[in-house]
Amino acid sequence: MTVLADAALAVMWVGLTCYALFGGADFGAGVWDLVAGGAEQGRARRRLIEHSIGPVWEANHVWLIFVVVMLWSAFSPVFAAVMSTLYIPLTLAALGIIARGAAFAFRKASTELWQQRLFGACFALSSLLTPFFLGAVAGGVASGRVPPGLAAGDVVTGWLNPTSLLGGVLAVVTCAHLAAVYLCADANRAGRPELASAFARDAVVTGSGAGVVALAGIAVLAADAPVLFHGLTHRALPLVVLSAVAGVAGIGLLIRRRYVAARAAAALAVAAILWAWGAAQYPAMLVGSTTVSQAAATSSVLWAVLVSLGVGAVVLVPSLWLLYATFQHEAPERSSPG
Amino acid sequence: MRTVLSGPWVLAVYMAERVKESDLAAARAQMGFSLAWHIVVACLGVGLPALTLLAEWYGIRTGDPAHRLLARHWARAMGVLFAVGAVSGTILSFEMGLLWPGLMGRFGQVIGLPFALEGIAFFVEAVFLGIYLYAWDRLPPRRHLLTGVPIVIAGTLSAFFVVCANAWMNQPRGFTLRDGKVVHVDPWAAMLNPASPPQTVHMILAAFMVASFLTASVYAVAMLRGRRDAYHRAGFLIPFTLGVVVTPFQVYVGDWAARFLSHYQPTKLAAIEGVYRTGPHVPLTIGGVAGDHGLEYGLEVPDGLSLLVGYSPGTVVQGLDRVPAAQRPPVTAVHWAFDLMVAVGFFLLAMGVWLLWLWWRRRRTGGELSTPRFFLALAAVGGPASVVALECGWSVTELGRQPWIVWGVMRVRDAVNPAPGLMGGLWLVLVVYAAMTVATVYVLRRMARGTPVPRAPQEEDVARYPVV
Repeated sequence: MTVLADAALAVMWVGLTCYALFGGADFGAGVWDLVAGGAEQGRARRRLIEHSIGPVWEANHVWLIFVVVMLWSAFSPVFAAVMSTLYIPLTLAALGIIARGAAFAFRKASTELWQQRLFGACFALSSLLTPFFLGAVAGGVASGRVPPGLAAGDVVTGWLNPTSLLGGVLAVVTCAHLAAVYLCADANRAGRPELASAFARDAVVTGSGAGVVALAGIAVLAADAPVLFHGLTHRALPLVVLSAVAGVAGIGLLIRRRYVAARAAAALAVAAILWAWGAAQYPAMLVGSTTVSQAAATSSVLWAVLVSLGVGAVVLVPSLWLLYATFQHEAPERSSPG
Repeated sequence: MRTVLSGPWVLAVYMAERVKESDLAAARAQMGFSLAWHIVVACLGVGLPALTLLAEWYGIRTGDPAHRLLARHWARAMGVLFAVGAVSGTILSFEMGLLWPGLMGRFGQVIGLPFALEGIAFFVEAVFLGIYLYAWDRLPPRRHLLTGVPIVIAGTLSAFFVVCANAWMNQPRGFTLRDGKVVHVDPWAAMLNPASPPQTVHMILAAFMVASFLTASVYAVAMLRGRRDAYHRAGFLIPFTLGVVVTPFQVYVGDWAARFLSHYQPTKLAAIEGVYRTGPHVPLTIGGVAGDHGLEYGLEVPDGLSLLVGYSPGTVVQGLDRVPAAQRPPVTAVHWAFDLMVAVGFFLLAMGVWLLWLWWRRRRTGGELSTPRFFLALAAVGGPASVVALECGWSVTELGRQPWIVWGVMRVRDAVNPAPGLMGGLWLVLVVYAAMTVATVYVLRRMARGTPVPRAPQEEDVARYPVV
């Protein structure tokens, strides 16, 4: 029972990691779209961003659905508690997801400048806000502000608090960093070394920024989320150190223009911090009240879901490989307008 | 083990009792609105890939530029529709928790399995859609065609799984309740409940009908405006033919679904047909308004319902008198929604007969299939009409289950989020969806006008048309 529940949690956490690494980078790309400058000045960057995330963002987005469904299937009471207490940031994140996805598709299909500007602004702004709200939700959960039951927590301070603010800012900066790192290699492959250098510079800035935010976060967590802080500085410390080392290594690799290796380092840094969070609060799912085994579904459900996902993975993993392989090996550039 | 959790649950139930009526109404409106919106694009997401593959396959087989251009055009629209379908579907999974945490907290684990499977199917769909759209000119034509097949299969499976979850709300199985807590879950029995077969088949056929008739409508209008070239004729005839082929099966399945209700959810059937008193010789009432003693001012077919349900006039049909007044669904709304859906179904069936007659006549006279203006005008109405039928059918399922969210087990008001301010969320959602609706329609229209189709498309027109 406990082993099954832990397995379900681990699978869910893998999904969350994938969402951060793939979906997060798509949001980050939207942030770079936002700050790319005027229509003329930012055209090259925006085209590269569109070219890179166009084929993959919908598949990447499904990781979020995967996490949501895992949470409600395997840990229903936690799902109900989190969703009902934090319904304000989650509603805003949901609307941000709508605006981002729809506006991205609309912009691709538009030909006139004013439409591209309107949809582009919508896409880029929601790419900034959505990870912020999702990070704020993570902060609310991690700092123990979600009690069990329906909307039993404070619907305002549950997500407007120091840890949520830290989570939101860290999510945005991290997404932007991941995107910039990924885009370096994409720009190189597209034969645009000058764009690659520009994104490498952005990646170094955001990577350092993430480091600064994380350092400041130590003080925030010590004061605002003592349980999480204790976990991060004790049991999860190796993962925290791993994240820091990988982050620094990634910046070094960027400076040396080793873009593909820098991707791996940046991804490792982000994954390590997510697993550090998980390790720090384990076995609590809702800090201070609910543990993994208390919240877990009956073993028949856990078995059914895990076996189904295992069988599904047999289809899914080769499909995903095919998707990334198709678009990461560059074919001759088509002469498509827009 | 769960003692820690029971305290808050007691509190939650207490709070749910006091939930503000306006917030309950807001939650219902928000869920209803976002589902009603999503169901249309979801149907297009299931059906449009099949139509696109048909056009592409025919184009590759014959080398005809018109069909190949048509496939590219539909694929481009599919890219936009799939995006809004994906995000509007994601919101629904959020809303399950944001609006109905009482349902999810208790029964989330029972209906988790079909959603997990739906997640996998949707994943496969999204992956192959990415490949299908973006690798159009990178892959050899036949291999490209093959990458579209998983989209159709996975899309249909997605619909199957997600409707299984809805069917469970109508026929809750696969769990035992002890002191208000779920014990002994059998997730497979929950997913494959008795309502799953009729509901899933009915919904999947509906998806193909809506996608077909809606697409055909667009080209029927173009043909009415004088564009009767090969491109527009194919754009009309491929989907319209698929639609009218599916329709008779749908009428049959609809009958199965209604007969299913007479055994498994008689209250819903009673609301659908406005039957108040249990007994034999129940007439079939078309139209009418719910009064004190049953439907008034309706058109009655003597013994009609008894005959439909049990093939004999003496068949006893259960009426609303078997349940307390507080547990009855809103009769007039459910009844009218059902009648409207059936009316559209028979209208589309008649259109199929007409098309068959046109085909038969062409076989005798030869030449092109004639498409009279009046036929095209009615076909143009067929698309929006199929959407009306879709929404009506869905309203019958959902309103017919009221006041229950899980039939006989949990009431809607006990499932709603007790947090204050749900009304604010409703307004936000309405504004965002209104903007998304306007933008979707606008972009699709611009897309059609931005790249005008030549009278006789040539090879270079096909190659020049960007899918993405």
